[in-house]
Amino acid sequence: MTRKKAHGHKGSKGKTEGEAHGKVVGASVDEGDICEPRAREGPTIEASKLDFDFKYEIQKQPGGEKITTCFQCGSCSAVCAVGAVDPSYDPRKIIRMSLLGLRDEVLKSEFIWLCTSCYICHERCPQGVSITDLIGAIQTIAIKEGHIHPLVSTGMKLLEKHGRMIEIGSFENKIRKKMGLPEIEEKHGGVRKILKRAEVQDLLLKKIKEGS
Amino acid sequence: MLEMRGNEHALFLGCTVPARCINYEVSARSIAKKLDFSFVDISEFSCCGYPIRAMSHDTFLTMAAYNLAMAEEKGIDIIALCSACGATLTKANKVLVNDLGVRKRINRFLEPTGRQYNGDVRVKHLCRYLYEDIGIKRVTEQVVRPLTGFTVAAHYGCHYLKPSEIFDNFDDPKMPKSLDLLIEATGARSLYYVERKYCCGGGIVGINEDTAMKMSKRKMDFIKESGAEAMVLICPFCDIMYEEYQSSIEKRFGTEYNLPIIFYPQLLGLAYGYTPKELGFKYNVLKPSKLFKDLKDQEKEAKA
Repeated sequence: MTRKKAHGHKGSKGKTEGEAHGKVVGASVDEGDICEPRAREGPTIEASKLDFDFKYEIQKQPGGEKITTCFQCGSCSAVCAVGAVDPSYDPRKIIRMSLLGLRDEVLKSEFIWLCTSCYICHERCPQGVSITDLIGAIQTIAIKEGHIHPLVSTGMKLLEKHGRMIEIGSFENKIRKKMGLPEIEEKHGGVRKILKRAEVQDLLLKKIKEGS
Repeated sequence: MLEMRGNEHALFLGCTVPARCINYEVSARSIAKKLDFSFVDISEFSCCGYPIRAMSHDTFLTMAAYNLAMAEEKGIDIIALCSACGATLTKANKVLVNDLGVRKRINRFLEPTGRQYNGDVRVKHLCRYLYEDIGIKRVTEQVVRPLTGFTVAAHYGCHYLKPSEIFDNFDDPKMPKSLDLLIEATGARSLYYVERKYCCGGGIVGINEDTAMKMSKRKMDFIKESGAEAMVLICPFCDIMYEEYQSSIEKRFGTEYNLPIIFYPQLLGLAYGYTPKELGFKYNVLKPSKLFKDLKDQEKEAKA
């Protein structure tokens, strides 16, 4: 276990369990305290670098309104279907990090994209936090900051081109016809107009065009 | 109870069904004929808006309103085959119907498309419609050959029931029963298995394929343990995970499932006397061969 003092929270990747818990700098520990050597281990969270307004930023997004009512019971993590197979995904931790103000660490992390939006935690939260929509609100902020998951950009391109996420071309229509189903013509003019209209979309499309 | 009006409804196919789950669409259209309701196809229906919900909440609402407006112009309600489409349209509709301010704003965004939405459309998933509007009694009455002895595992998926507050409590997301009752109406048995309410992982298959596959594997392990002969689905995304990914999952984890994946209307169609061909079973990767054989034998016996 490393004893190096790291500044800022680094997430749990590659860390042992003890290290995942940060320690706030400045807490006094009595000399000779039996806990002292342990307390000095692991990454620390520097209070001066926390963005206390992050939670209010999330609250302004649709879906993020109730983040401050979370009392960290962990019901969401207990029922999470993703967490059941991939312990690195932990909704409670994302909420705690957000409440604490670890803005960059949250927005840049991979795990905010791992929610399948199954809403099982939403149904269990005793505080009525819609965790699924809350993760969506965090994703919205991440996108606005330019942390766009490649899948999001791919999806956008498909929507612009076909008006849907999967192209229906002559091959699909041939099968449809054979099965006695009506052919589908891609009429996506309306979708294009909608995507063009939206502010965030403009920003996003610009970024996608610049980037790839 | 929110009742659908008339017996002509717009069929909302979404993105995945018309391209990759033709068997679902074919069988849904077939059973409608037996239950005296019909589908209207609106060729300009597009994506429901679900994939862009995180990018821009207003754009998500606008996309949904765009589709809702088309049904409104025709004066009909919407039936969705995809659970995510059903939930997206229902969720957006709740906001657009109840919040005049939001509706006004979204209608401004809709202006360039030449449409507007006034909040007069109702949306249901096909199975919710069968359960609530048609009713288990009428669904059962049409059965001509009960699938007695056939055991299946019902997979509710996520957006058919959740978030529960948008679905007017038509079923309990913690202990759902609508799909089980619909399955039992065909004469088949719906078996209980562990973690039946869990997600297939389809939502993140493009982001982390391995995690998504692990999620499907976990469920199929439990289903195998229950001894079910097939899995019954009502969402095209779940189908991609359990059917298209099944052999990859078997290879990746060294397991063997041989689990036929059947869409609910296909199961109901068999009980209604349709042939597997008429229900699009051609496009099912694994067929419930034993059931087909039993049904054929029954037919022969009846003739003899």
